[in-house]
Amino acid sequence: MNLVTNNKWIGQRTIRPDGMDKVTGRAQFAADTTMPGMIWGKVLRSPHPHARIRGIDTSKAEKLAGVKAVVTSRDIVDFTIEKGAVMLGIQDMRWMCRNVMARDKALFPGHPVAAVAATTEAIAAEACKLIEVDYEVLPWSIEIEDAILPDAPILHEFNRWEGKPSNIMSRIEHKKGDLTEGFASADIVIERTFTTRPVHQGYIEPHACLISVAPDGKTTIWSSSQGQFMVRAMTSMLTGIPQSDIRAIPAEIGGGFGGKTIVYLEPLATMLAKKSGRPVKMVMTREEVMRATGPTSGSRSTVKIGVKKDGTITAAHGTFYLQAGAFPGSPIRGAAGCSFTPYDIPNLLSEGFDVCSNRSKVAAYRAPGAPIGAYAVECVMDEVAGALKMDPLDFRLKNAAKQGTKAAHGPTFPRIGYIETVEAAKSSPHYAAPLGEADKTSGKVRGRGVASGFWFNAGGESSAQVNITEDGNVVVTTGHPDIGGSRAGIANICAELLGIDYRRVSVIIGDTQTIGFSNLTGGSRVLFASSMVVTQSAEKVIQTLRERAAKIWNIDPEAVKWEQGAAHPVSPNAGQFEPLTLKELAEKAPAMGGPIGAGVQLNTQGADGGFGTHICDVEIDTELGIARVIRYTAVQDVGRAIHPGYVEGQLQGGVAQGIGWALNEEYIYTREGKVDNPGFLDYRMPVCSDLPMLDCIMVEVPNPKHPQGVKGVGEVPLVPVMAAVANAIHNALGLRFYSLPMSPPKVSAALDAGVRQAAE
Amino acid sequence: MADIRYLAPRTLDEAIGAFAAAGSAARILAGGTDLLVQVRSGIVKPGVIVDIKKISEMTEIAETADGGFRIGAAASGMALAEHPRFGKVWPGVLEAVNLIGSKQVQGRASAGGNLCNGSPAGDSVPAMIAAGAIVTVQGPDGRREMKVEEVPAGPGRTNLKPGEILVSFVLPPRAPGSGDAYLRMIPRTEMDIAVVGLGVSLTLENGVCTAARVGLGAVAPTALLVEAAGAALIGSKLDDAALEKAAEACRSACRPIDDKRGTIAYRVKTAGVLLKRTAAIAAQRATGK
Repeated sequence: MNLVTNNKWIGQRTIRPDGMDKVTGRAQFAADTTMPGMIWGKVLRSPHPHARIRGIDTSKAEKLAGVKAVVTSRDIVDFTIEKGAVMLGIQDMRWMCRNVMARDKALFPGHPVAAVAATTEAIAAEACKLIEVDYEVLPWSIEIEDAILPDAPILHEFNRWEGKPSNIMSRIEHKKGDLTEGFASADIVIERTFTTRPVHQGYIEPHACLISVAPDGKTTIWSSSQGQFMVRAMTSMLTGIPQSDIRAIPAEIGGGFGGKTIVYLEPLATMLAKKSGRPVKMVMTREEVMRATGPTSGSRSTVKIGVKKDGTITAAHGTFYLQAGAFPGSPIRGAAGCSFTPYDIPNLLSEGFDVCSNRSKVAAYRAPGAPIGAYAVECVMDEVAGALKMDPLDFRLKNAAKQGTKAAHGPTFPRIGYIETVEAAKSSPHYAAPLGEADKTSGKVRGRGVASGFWFNAGGESSAQVNITEDGNVVVTTGHPDIGGSRAGIANICAELLGIDYRRVSVIIGDTQTIGFSNLTGGSRVLFASSMVVTQSAEKVIQTLRERAAKIWNIDPEAVKWEQGAAHPVSPNAGQFEPLTLKELAEKAPAMGGPIGAGVQLNTQGADGGFGTHICDVEIDTELGIARVIRYTAVQDVGRAIHPGYVEGQLQGGVAQGIGWALNEEYIYTREGKVDNPGFLDYRMPVCSDLPMLDCIMVEVPNPKHPQGVKGVGEVPLVPVMAAVANAIHNALGLRFYSLPMSPPKVSAALDAGVRQAAE
Repeated sequence: MADIRYLAPRTLDEAIGAFAAAGSAARILAGGTDLLVQVRSGIVKPGVIVDIKKISEMTEIAETADGGFRIGAAASGMALAEHPRFGKVWPGVLEAVNLIGSKQVQGRASAGGNLCNGSPAGDSVPAMIAAGAIVTVQGPDGRREMKVEEVPAGPGRTNLKPGEILVSFVLPPRAPGSGDAYLRMIPRTEMDIAVVGLGVSLTLENGVCTAARVGLGAVAPTALLVEAAGAALIGSKLDDAALEKAAEACRSACRPIDDKRGTIAYRVKTAGVLLKRTAAIAAQRATGK
């Protein structure tokens, strides 16, 4: 590792390259793009939670003046169930093809059944109403407990579980030691069951795209996603157009949080454009986003933990049932794999069950599955610490995973920073501060809770190109949509390596035909992976610069060093030459060997997992049941904060989402099985005034396998939050809530029940 | 897909003529913060939109000769907030009007629109009811006055006759020692819709309540005047027993539903809590403390 501590740009809060455009409204999001001759696409969606599609008659819609094309599942490539899985990343194209357009069955209200392109949005919407769909309405289930009943309506008839048709699609387990023996040796065993509701990623920008298909089949896609290469590959597979003919151009993204790692509109707009010969634009409404794009799973988890009187955990068992929605693929890996990982537990069984039901297919949401599992585990951890009369942070320290601990999901940990996060939490000003007096006249009480969390973090494929411009500045191109400030981080690193002002480095995101393959923005992988390829590219550029200077000075390249943006002789012995700056070498480039630039493509390895420990103070209005977070500190091992401002931004963003998940956010369904709150008025994400300043403590335990020590930071901060809030509420009220959200009616009812019980 | 005709008359007579002529296809546009949302989401498809903001009487805020206020139905929340005197006399009404939507929405949204939208949860309505506001409406048959609580007829409906337009609110002059307040319960801290909203206006003389009105929102098909709650406060020194009696009156007045915004039990309980809290603020304002 080549960790320079004395950095000029790494660790600085520089101005982000995309900042000016965003605050002045110039940034181009997907819905901002237009083309001459453009027409509008709209989707007809199933009104039913579960229905067999006996037939679709589009003839009336096709005859409506202004309608240019209609598509149904006949226009989308079918990946048949029988032929087996066709995987693209973690997505099985058998489910993707059915999710973008229902084939034999509609599986949730909002499931696309047809799409229309017309000269105006209004005509397209009118045409959708003229499409006649012959539905055979079927019984349905949404909640896990209903979907796993023996007589539950079956979504996928081919599926068998224990020999019978079932909505349980798969199971995963992580195992270590002997559970029976472990619990037998425990002095205290606590087992609890928890439920969480589906929650949406809540990105502000709805899905949108504009797609043009030229007569020769050359296709251009402008869309907002977490991966232009994912858009290209999925669109190619679902339309049959070769990838080499599809140019996917990434728009600026107005939030994704995992929800934009799959496609919804692009294959439909491509086929509409191909059929009509016109560029087709599609923009979802918020209601469509809420009804038909992935929230994350609702869940039902049971967690059992056994400890000795001295606080040593002897065994733990977790069972996590997650709603997948209409198609298999809930994040059971995150729930089962991450939840116990902060602890060194000798006997452990962690199981995940993937359950289909009649609601929209889940999509990734920030550390998919991990917050759901951590909520259950960290609440039981708190209860166990209470039973032991131990400080909850001391209890965690006693059982903390460290270098050499074998995690149940596989790895034996290298140097990790979990203990450091707990110690930093313990010694934080927040943990030392008293809770402060609440206004008792209005029945307010306060409490404090803590919780920890882990997320895997990912590496994977990335490509970069670093070019020196003729005037001696730098253009860096990478292949990842920037959803968290990654361009700012890359500018800092590149400026550091080249020894120049960061403002001389322009960082852009290439489209699929101008930069090499780069995997999704997801798994907290982008800065980790892209800074690896950028570093190697910059090192190649520096090598070229040294060779050019050596040639000019007529000395050996090994006798030239690169410092502070210029080539210097390594020592006076090498020769007495004035330094040659980047600008001077760029000017001389045409005569000295041509353009200067380098690109590197890698499948990056060595991503280390991330740990966080959070402290939450709440104040509860006991008359109205309203819980408010009044102080919050997120401690996280961030590896190396390349741009501390955006690392803090990630921590604060994750915490804000977790507070919403804990207190108010939930999908509410009508008796007819439709989402009853498909908008931000009644789907209550927190607003700024709901939150205190969210404090961050960045612990830096550098990743030894990364040139700058980077670890992913974007997902960990959501993992501990719901448990931290729940534990704080318990501390305030002496009541434990085993289901989310802890909304005012629920808290109020629990308090009333408590009062009644005391009176009886 | 039919086009929408947009009219922006300069006089009330023109507006009423156009509105009445268009019949049920017409909608009045004040701030538009409800109407445009409803049009965009396809809930309403008006053939004619009559914008009343160009009519001066509709946006005027004036003190009446007797010390009351006349507020044009289309006066925006922000205009009301910027009025030098209104918020000093009717702080509760102002805080209720200013709770509608966000800062940006406040630049357009009006108390008149909030009332005519007919939502049981409109924030300004319980405060206006507590204030004893009288509204002037005008239609093809001329002008008439109504008590503000008589305007809502049910969710999304009013008792205005076909062709009638809400023109203004009149708030009565204030006796010395008067104060008003409005509180709502929302799960968030802003940008939300009332689960329960409650307005209190009262007058204190030597510590004794001599007049009190209570308006209650979001717990029945329309916002309600809770006369029994006002009666429970009148004659008392706002002692615990009187406040509990008024709270009980509010709880009894509730005819709520279980829905995505709250349970019946929660709404009923909250109505009582808000009565006590709102009365305390109104009393504090009445005594100038």
